[in-house]
Order: sequence, then structure tokens, then C-alpha cells
Amino acid sequence: MREKLIEFRNVSFRYREEHPWVLKNCSFEIYEDESIAIIGHNGSGKSTIAKLINGLLFPQEGEILIAGKPVTEETIWDIRKDVGMVFQNPDNQFVGTTVQDDVAFGMENRGIPREEMIARIEESLTAVGMQDYHLTEPHRLSGGQKQRVAIAGVLAVSPKVLILDEATAMLDPKGRTEIMNTLNQVQEKNNLSLITITHDLHEVVQSDRVIVMNHGEIWDEATPREIFAKKHALREIGLDVPFVAILADELQVKGLALTKEPLNHEELLEELWTLHSTT
Amino acid sequence: MNNTLIIGQYVPGNSLVHKLDPRTKITLIFFFVFIVFLANNVVSYSILALFALASMVTSRVPIRFIMKGLTPVWFLIVFTFILHIIVTKEGTVWLEIYSFQIYSGGVFQGIAISLRFFLLILITSLLTLTTTPIEITDAIEDMLHPLKKVKFPVHELALMMSISLRFIPTLMQETEKISKAQASRGVDFRTGSIKDRAKAVVPLLIPLFVSAFKRAEELAMAMEARGYKGGEGRTKLRELKINARDIAVYLLFIAVIAGLLLTRGY
Ligand SMILES: Nc1ncnc2c1ncn2[C@@H]1O[C@H](COP(=O)(O)OP(=O)(O)O)[C@@H](O)[C@H]1O
Ligand SMILES: [Mg+2]
Repeated sequence: MREKLIEFRNVSFRYREEHPWVLKNCSFEIYEDESIAIIGHNGSGKSTIAKLINGLLFPQEGEILIAGKPVTEETIWDIRKDVGMVFQNPDNQFVGTTVQDDVAFGMENRGIPREEMIARIEESLTAVGMQDYHLTEPHRLSGGQKQRVAIAGVLAVSPKVLILDEATAMLDPKGRTEIMNTLNQVQEKNNLSLITITHDLHEVVQSDRVIVMNHGEIWDEATPREIFAKKHALREIGLDVPFVAILADELQVKGLALTKEPLNHEELLEELWTLHSTT
Repeated sequence: MNNTLIIGQYVPGNSLVHKLDPRTKITLIFFFVFIVFLANNVVSYSILALFALASMVTSRVPIRFIMKGLTPVWFLIVFTFILHIIVTKEGTVWLEIYSFQIYSGGVFQGIAISLRFFLLILITSLLTLTTTPIEITDAIEDMLHPLKKVKFPVHELALMMSISLRFIPTLMQETEKISKAQASRGVDFRTGSIKDRAKAVVPLLIPLFVSAFKRAEELAMAMEARGYKGGEGRTKLRELKINARDIAVYLLFIAVIAGLLLTRGY
């Protein structure tokens, strides 16, 4: 049985007393080495969940446990060591004047000795494929490269979980692929849980489990395939359904019996030509 | 412009002057400002000039960059010279134009003071030409360290400076983007009265400010998420180190001071 890493117990949150609840009685669990996607329309509370996990915010009701420790004012510095976060805007989280200074920032905050920092910078920049950019200044990097540096900065302090809050939303398709590939490699090499927050259904395909948020409530929790099968309902709660899923649906309406819900073009293709060969 | 953008006047290089510890450079300049006033005859001025010239040559910074740094102060140097010629009435009369006499003392004084001025500017601009702003920041943080005892926010100040340095190019790129966007909507920054042009800048400044505040807020959050909680217990990646070359330069500088003291007239 895998260890529980993150646990939300009946968590409710609002930004101010007179404001409406942003999260309403949410409970879920995330395990070690798991890859989770959180999706939901804009304003459904995804970023709020992320900020609650590493104690940038505290819930008014309920309890949050990280590796068994409750998130409180006293524990946040330990918890932030375990929970790494990458935000949406590549520019607004780049603190250092050069790539290596930025990767060092988190380690400097934790008082890691200089010699060790140098070794870990090398290691984590190599992990994200940015080892040739040690002294490059941020304004000479693409958005995708900056996000990879941000990931390296998080990896350098060896967290237990990496949260990406729409980290690819501001990138072009090339930058997005860069990040997705980087993450796959990183997760393979380290034992690390991954929480990908997105409103792009394409990005949920690689996760083990998907949590769907709707107006501050957990609307569903299931595998990507199960989620994709509910495309009409997903559309109703304001999510973009990938073209493959829609196409598969239309084909089924036309009388083609697909055996499983295809997640991407390859799977649909597979379905189609095997279908054809059996008839 | 994005690829040539260099903050400040820094001219990248690998010379001895570039490689000196920034604290060494700042300390030497600080003392140079004082010893300039020791010189009072041809020999002592020559020693100073030789030192400045030697630093300049060693730095291998192209003359045109140095001259560019001097542009705004040429006027002052020339002005000082002329002022002395007019005001000082010592020594023998060298030249008489109508009823106005130019004295030898005035010429000597004028040359001496202008030269002092020139050397000061030359040496100080050599600092910014051979040291990156972030190195200067590190040096200042380190040298102000004792002030921490009286609760002076040294670390915070240095962090503020380094974050500003980090965001200057970003904000410049953004300014360019916004001004292009506004220009494409017909905002005209280049023609019209001063008042019209000032007005045209408003739609440039407002989005810039709004985004800068948003950046600041997000950056603060990102820093906190990465475990930033002030300067207490922090280690640093960038390290300042006094090397043998720093010691050598200090010794040379002491020799210059000794030379000045020996050769100056009392
Ligand atoms: N700092 C804040 N102050 C007040 N309300 C906020 C703040 N941040 C977010 N909200 C509100 O909380 C809700 C959830 O926001 P958020 O968690 O950012 O959603 P998501 O990331 O899913 O788009 C939204 O209605 C948003 O307007
Ligand atoms: Mg969000």
C-alpha cells in the first residue's frame, strides 16, 4: 500500500468573511508517486487548492495533512520543503538574475551549503535539459525554458510533490511539449508525486487519476479514460473536450462500435483499423 | 535590441580589473577620491595620472566606452578650467586681452583642478564599466554587513536591488510591446506639443504599472512558496573572494599613496 502524501479532510475555504465559499467541503487523498490532474473551469478553485497545500493559505474549516503533518503556521516551512510549486507566468516566478541564481534561490532560503548547491544546480539543470544555460539571463530565455528552470529550482530542494498550476497555459505548443516531456522524465527518475492543474483536457491523459472541480466542489474523481467518456457533462461544466473524444462520439452515433474511449489520435486510429479488419 | 541589452555600462571582459573582487574596487575608489587631493605638483599629478591610465589600459575597455561615460562631465571639466582662469589672480600675467589678464596661477590651478576631476570620473566610471550591477550589489551587501547590528535592512536592500536588476529588461521588453500595441491603435508618441506627447504616454504607463504590480504580487507568492522567509539563516550561491591579485593591487595602491606623499610639495 502506498503512503498517503496529501489529505484534504472536509476542507472549506473563502478569501474573506463576506465572500462566498471558494471551496466547499472538499475531501480527497493523493498518494506517493502518483500523478494527479486537477481540472475545472476558471474560478473553480484549483489554484486555491494548490495554495492550501503548501500553506500560502489556510482553510477556515477542515484539515489538510501533508505526509501526516497538519498544515499550520508552525509547519509551513517544513511543508514547503516537501511541496514544490510552479506557477503560470514564467516571468513572475524567476527571482535570480541568471539561471543558476534562480535555481539556487530555494536552496539559499534553506541554508544549504554552497558546495552542495553547486552540485545540485548541475544535477537539476541536467534533469530539465538546461545544463548549457547556467549563466543565461532570464530575458534571453523562451517561456518554456523559463518554466524548465522553475522546475529545476523546485527539484533542487528534492520535494515529495510537484504542483504545476497551469504552468503551460502561457506557453506555445512547442513550450508545452517541452514541459510535458521534461515532467515525464523527471517523474521517472525521482520518486515524486505530480499534481498538474490545467483546464486543458489534453494534459490529463498522462495522469493516473483526475480530480474534476466545479464551483468549489469536487465534481468527479476518476481515471482519464472514465473522465473522457463523460464528455457531454464535462462540456456543461465549461471544459474543453479534445477533438478525438468528440470524433469518437460522432463515430459511435454513426454506428461504429468502439471498444474503449480513445485518449488520443493513435488510440482512435488503432480502434478504427482493427474495427475495419473485423468486419 | 533584446539581444544587445546590457544594464548599466558594463563592458564584458576578462581583464585583471574585471576579475578583481568588487569590494576591492569599491574600496580603492573610495580612497582614490581622497588621495586625489594629495597631489599638488607635476610629479604627484603624474603619479596619479599614471595610475589611472594604467588601470584603464589593464581593463582593456575600449576608449570609446570610456569616453561615452565622460560625455556628460566634459562640460563641467571645461567649465572648471575657465572659471579658474577668470577668477584666480596669482603669479605673473601671461596674457592680456584688453583689460582682462590671464595669470599663470590661474592656468596652473585650472589645469590641476580639471585634471583632478577628470581622473576621479575616469576611475569611478571604470568601476561600472568592469563590474556587473549584481556584483556591485553583492559587494555593497557585504560591506554594509556591520550595519545589521543597528537593524539596518542590508539583506532586504540587496535583494530589492537584485530583483530590480532582474526585472529591468523584462519591463523594458514589455514597454516596447505596449508602445507598439498603442502605436498600432493610433497613439502618436513622436509628434505634437509636449503636452500632447505627455498625454500619449499615459496609455503606455497605466498598463505598465498595472502589470508591474501584478508581477510583484505573483513574485512575492512564488518566493514564499520557495521557502523565502527573510535573510536569517540564508546561504548564498554567489560568493565574493579576495584573491592574491586583490592583495597585489592593494599593495600597488599603497605604493602609489607613498609615492604621492613623498613627491608632493609641502
Ligand atoms: N486573492 C483573492 N481574493 C479574493 N478572491 C479570490 C482570490 N483569488 C481567487 N479568488 C476567487 O476564488 C475563486 C477560485 O479561484 P481560483 O482558485 O484561482 O480558481 P482557478 O484556479 O480554478 O481558476 C474565484 O472565484 C476567484 O475569483
Ligand atoms: Mg488558477
